[in-house]
Amino acid sequence: MRVHFKTTYDHDIRLFADARDALRYGLLVALAVALPFLLDDFLLGEATNVLIWAIAGMGLMLLTGHAGQPSLGHAAFLAAGCYAHAILMGRFGLPFAASFVLAGVIAGFVGVLVAIPALRLHGIYLAIATLALSILTEDFIVLAEPWTGGVAGMTAPDISILGMEIDRLGSPDSFYWLCLAVAVLVTLGYRNILRAPFGRALLAVRDSEISAQAMGVSPARTKTAAFGLSCMTTGWAGALMGHFFYTFNHEVFTVVISIQLLLMIVIGGLGSIHGAYYGAAVVAIVPQAINVARDWIAQVSGAGGVAIPGLEVGVFGLILIFFILFEPLGIHGRMTKWRVYFELFPFYRRDMFRRQKSYLRTERMR
Amino acid sequence: MTLLEVENATVRFGGLTALEDVSFRVGQGEIFAVVGPNGAGKSTLFNVISRFCQPASGDVRFEGESVLGHSPSGIAGLGIARTFQNIELFDRTTVLQNLLIGRHTRRRASILPQIVFAPAVRREEIAHRGAVERIIDFLDLHPYRDNAVAGLPYGVRKVVEIGRALSMEPRLILLDEPASGLSVEEAGDMRFWIEDIRAQLGVTVLMVEHNMSLVSAVSDRVMVLADGRIIALGAPREVQSDARVVEAYLGTGTAMR
Ligand SMILES: Nc1ncnc2c1ncn2[C@@H]1O[C@H](COP(=O)(O)OP(=O)(O)O)[C@@H](O)[C@H]1O
Ligand SMILES: [Mg+2]
Repeated sequence: MRVHFKTTYDHDIRLFADARDALRYGLLVALAVALPFLLDDFLLGEATNVLIWAIAGMGLMLLTGHAGQPSLGHAAFLAAGCYAHAILMGRFGLPFAASFVLAGVIAGFVGVLVAIPALRLHGIYLAIATLALSILTEDFIVLAEPWTGGVAGMTAPDISILGMEIDRLGSPDSFYWLCLAVAVLVTLGYRNILRAPFGRALLAVRDSEISAQAMGVSPARTKTAAFGLSCMTTGWAGALMGHFFYTFNHEVFTVVISIQLLLMIVIGGLGSIHGAYYGAAVVAIVPQAINVARDWIAQVSGAGGVAIPGLEVGVFGLILIFFILFEPLGIHGRMTKWRVYFELFPFYRRDMFRRQKSYLRTERMR
Repeated sequence: MTLLEVENATVRFGGLTALEDVSFRVGQGEIFAVVGPNGAGKSTLFNVISRFCQPASGDVRFEGESVLGHSPSGIAGLGIARTFQNIELFDRTTVLQNLLIGRHTRRRASILPQIVFAPAVRREEIAHRGAVERIIDFLDLHPYRDNAVAGLPYGVRKVVEIGRALSMEPRLILLDEPASGLSVEEAGDMRFWIEDIRAQLGVTVLMVEHNMSLVSAVSDRVMVLADGRIIALGAPREVQSDARVVEAYLGTGTAMR
């Protein structure tokens, strides 16, 4: 077992617990940077996809995993970011960096607008309200045809950063690095928030709004800010998604995507940044795994390729049910348990992570 | 000097009058206890002071300023901290984080510097941590610093909640039944802590408590509420011999002895 000898408060504040921790994440980033040299174009495309989903997932994780506000409408903010970016860059000719940052800010602003009426809603009611938002988004994209190209859709403008052309198909390596840079920056910002007062305010609002208020944390302001930051991050993922798909229309941002995002962070592990990445990996792997399985079944049975509509969503649903039943802490929770098991070997006790019954919450204030 | 002043506070829940025309003052540096049978309106009084509950009439002034113009989350900023009768902690995080949330009103940095974790934010965090560590020392919470709150024993959770309120460095602390559910030894510790909160931290204490030996040991003055009305107010000894108090406690009179 590792014991940290802490000699200053800074030990608990800095990004990495110790040198070993820093080395681990350093190696991980190094590996991620080297990935284009290790993978072929198809797999690199998948890796890019994972990164984009992870960015979107971090956005939702902040809101749902840390601030405790479920959203079934985050496809709307993916769309907001995607279209805002395409319009700012394509129509108004803004340079990539400016357009990209602004697109996130616009998505975040839309998020704040949504948050204000949603502040009174909790739990399932908030989920339903945001679900409605997601349903409206598709129609809105179709109706706003002069701006969004309606059903015919839009094409993502070409990226050029400091004279360097970045194109998902022409230069998949640079596009991957671009997504990686955004993912790393978002992760750092997220980590910083979690070790600062705002991150603690999020936890406070999630765990008990009443005592958050007694501590001087305003739930309304905290939730509004959480919506803003969350939707901004998801908006950036949307902008990258536009480049990733190259052409897109309303069908890209369906309710299913909203649901998939939420499933993703639950499967990955609510309340952890790792969880967003694990979840994104699952979301990317499942469709591929289904394809492989389908080909294999077709081969074995000798029949032609069978297409089962809704299979993907069904499989996600099954995975989700499996996690809720057997590992509510998600993949991140499972990984933590394994790590503790190996660190403590052979002293691990089965009950170590037994969930405690929480105390009765009736008559809270009396 | 008067720190807190409640003037003719009346609270109604539908047809029920939970507090009726309650007026009293708590002086700077006082330990002021509120006692009374269940349902007397003691917690409601706390909820009025901390703005969780809107009085039908009356006023509450803290350091001369009415608190009624503030939202529930603005009360902490005035320097009033509180605990809850049924512990309300941030369960899914550690003791340390709970206490740090208590520092919320003392934060300086806005959100942008926090996102980049500017040097000022780091300095501020270290200062907050120092303040919280003093509270951890004060309440002997060292063994639990990095424990998740949800798994702690009841008695420790009670102390953590007081620690969280003290981390705020308040001027006034409202303790809602600090000793309820504690063992005899824990209640004994609580007595010394309440005395030390005033003696060492200089915080004025307003508390609701049923444990009469604790109340008479620590409090300067006791106010007895029954059915939302004040029936006695004075030094612990006077109040306990008051005929109306004994009457209000008939049947539960043993608690007063
Ligand atoms: N939010 C509320 N809604 C309706 N009735 C309430 C509410 N809070 C308290 N009451 C009622 O007000 C009365 C006083 O309650 P309370 O202040 O909790 O008493 P206690 O002195 O035991 O703390 C009780 O009859 C209680 O049922
Ligand atoms: Mg009570």
